[in-house]
Amino acid sequence: MAIQSQNISQALQQALADAFEQAQPLQLRGSGSKAFLGSSAEGQPLDVTGHRGVINYEPRELVITVRAGTPLGELETLLAAEGQMLPFEPPHFGAAATLGGTVACGLSGPRRPYTGALRDFVLGTTLVNGRGQVLRFGGEVMKNVAGYDVSRLMVGAMGTLGLLLDVSMKVLPRPEQECTLVQELEPGQAIERANRLAATPLPLSGACYDGLRLYLRLSGSGQGVEAARRSLGGEALPADDPFWSRLREQELPFFDSALPLWRLSVPATTPPLDLPGKQLIDWGGAQRWLVSEVAPETILQAAARHGGHARRYRGGDAQSRASTLPAEPVMKLHRQLKQAFDPKAILNPGRLFPEL
Amino acid sequence: MAGSVDNPKIDKPGLVRALGRFLSAGQIIHETEALRPYECDGLSAYRQLPLLVVLPENAEQVRQVMQCCHQRGVPVVARGAATGLSGGALPLADGVLLSLARLNSILDIDPLARTARVQPGVRNLAISEAVAEHGLYYAPDPSSQIACTIGGNVAENSGGVHCLKYGLTVHNVLELKVVTAEGELITLGGAALDSPGYDLLALMIGSEGMLGIVVEVLVKLLPTPQRAQVLLAAFDDVSKAANAVGDVIAAGIIPAGLEMMDGLAIRAAEDFVQAGYPVEAEAMLLCELDGANEEVSAQLARVRQQLLDSGAIEVRTAQDEAQRALFWKGRKSAFPAVGRISPDYYCMDGTVPRKRLAEVLLETSRLSQQFQLPVANVFHAGDGNLHPLILYDANQPGELKRAEDLGAAILELCVRVGGTITGEHGVGHEKIHQMCVQFSAVELEQFHALKRAFDPQSLLNPGKAIPQPKRCSEYKALGGDTLIPPSARTGGE
Repeated sequence: MAIQSQNISQALQQALADAFEQAQPLQLRGSGSKAFLGSSAEGQPLDVTGHRGVINYEPRELVITVRAGTPLGELETLLAAEGQMLPFEPPHFGAAATLGGTVACGLSGPRRPYTGALRDFVLGTTLVNGRGQVLRFGGEVMKNVAGYDVSRLMVGAMGTLGLLLDVSMKVLPRPEQECTLVQELEPGQAIERANRLAATPLPLSGACYDGLRLYLRLSGSGQGVEAARRSLGGEALPADDPFWSRLREQELPFFDSALPLWRLSVPATTPPLDLPGKQLIDWGGAQRWLVSEVAPETILQAAARHGGHARRYRGGDAQSRASTLPAEPVMKLHRQLKQAFDPKAILNPGRLFPEL
Repeated sequence: MAGSVDNPKIDKPGLVRALGRFLSAGQIIHETEALRPYECDGLSAYRQLPLLVVLPENAEQVRQVMQCCHQRGVPVVARGAATGLSGGALPLADGVLLSLARLNSILDIDPLARTARVQPGVRNLAISEAVAEHGLYYAPDPSSQIACTIGGNVAENSGGVHCLKYGLTVHNVLELKVVTAEGELITLGGAALDSPGYDLLALMIGSEGMLGIVVEVLVKLLPTPQRAQVLLAAFDDVSKAANAVGDVIAAGIIPAGLEMMDGLAIRAAEDFVQAGYPVEAEAMLLCELDGANEEVSAQLARVRQQLLDSGAIEVRTAQDEAQRALFWKGRKSAFPAVGRISPDYYCMDGTVPRKRLAEVLLETSRLSQQFQLPVANVFHAGDGNLHPLILYDANQPGELKRAEDLGAAILELCVRVGGTITGEHGVGHEKIHQMCVQFSAVELEQFHALKRAFDPQSLLNPGKAIPQPKRCSEYKALGGDTLIPPSARTGGE
């Protein structure tokens, strides 16, 4: 099995080296569970799902290193057996979702504002750059400032800077206890309350407003959660209620719509957005989901006005502009970085932004 | 060292005149004696007078300085409080030293959003002091936090004793305003939790002044825990203490801080501040737990039992806030305490997997004997981040060189067990050779390509952090001795 994976990583390196030689664009493909995100890449498909398996997992070290094609579900099952978890609670968006795809898309779930984002838990990566060279950055240790932080740069780069071979992640113990409290509020009150509570030492691990009710999740030791629950009040959801996993996977009724779904990332204290359509507020106010037919420009402008950015997540006209772009001087750095990692633009061209 | 004062390419009087168009005379230092205080950072073994020093007072002046230097091809080294321990702010003889000390205002505090917008010259501790009235604090707390600035923290991705639970600088900064090598002002990140495109914010943090000059920082603030409590555990054996670190974490507890000191460090600290440390112990751990009152109580009992099970000969809980502060005072003053028992000391900064701690400490002790220089250990054990302090006397011929060689051997040991040559101090000038041990030639070339994407002329802190692959070949050829695993050596020095 190990030999086979070794062969696969060599085959992947060779595929990129050949593509570099021939200036042949490649479309890196995991399970395809997040193919709907961003623009589509041009190029010859390269299936990376065969490169899977755990390289090293030592629960005592709170570190796991896995090949990028490893299914996320398998990884989470393995961690759960040791009482641990991926702290950023990533959405899967499909049963076959891989860790590599999750890292490339940089997706984090409801726990993000309180525990951290995917990029916060990346300790190291091995990647193949656009020249077909295998490079290792970071490692399995908690603190490492030798060289530039290339590992975190890969998070959310949509495979445009390198093909991930393996990723080392920091993991955390699962909380002993969790509890979700629900309270009916007006949208403005819900945002205010989520922020006010986040400024107090409560073991918050989720704050979502579904348009009617504010859901607050508490995670931690039995004593800590119990004390917080007493001080907060409100009605508790049954322990087996799947609210947070359905939120994470966009399976709540809110997401069941034929209209385009937009994600707006804004400062958490931004008041309710005055946009047509229906909204769901997650991340304690910092992530707003919008189901709306309104013109993309209107949404992008609203996000910018509040100091944030927006991206069409699902649906809509594939030809229309669908995301906030970095400001031009920052975009210039993007182009130069792309050139530094992938001089012949063979890696997922167009997947992140049309011009990259 | 690159260049010299006589570098014919640089017209110093012309540069001073050009800078004088937007800086006052008091903001440009160019007389040799006045330059003296700027010749080194916290790693004072390396010194170099800069061509001149500029002291801009706002971001616009920083932009103008960069534009001016860019036009003339003059290299620039940024400097905060110069508490860095890797020579990252070591000046260049033919370069401008750009001090950010006068950009020292806290611009805005937003208690509801839990953020503070500050200039780079604001001291780390000053942020926590300014926001304390809102029940908030800024989590990363390097030992130099009284003096070090947030701009320097960003450059080095500084940690501290609490980063085991609360992360490094990269986990606690939301946005940076940066002046590029060309003198353009850009914004990376933002007040939202992410931004479109590549994570240039993460890339900029820890880039050692090589990619841009930070002129404004939006930091994340955390609520002050309801209660913090510290345990002190004494051990009669260093390995037992090292293994206890993994045992606590394996029990599912992430302490706010988990620090270790060896016998030499314990006794030096005790002599210095009388913290009540167990001076007869071979090692001790300080374990801080924080959170809700009930939670801390429950964890205290569990951790105490775990430490005893792991072989502690004594476990003490700080009786009150004063004793807790005293326990930490001993730890935080351990470096100067060691400074009192030796004419000079050299602080290293490797990180290793926690499970290799005991083995690395034993090997360090063996290397200490081999090089005939004492080593004190006081470090962030929970993160596996070692700080061996090598005691030496710079006035004894050859001792500095021996200390450097011992340091190099320890760092290479860290790499060999799966660790890194620097956990939080940065590569700077100091560890440039050891980068050759940790990275391959193609990896180093990728770093250089990345640097060129931001700084095509290589004007920002050139020569630091990333070695030229050619120099690595030379190092490996000349310094081959230190690259051989010590266990493979025959005999001592």
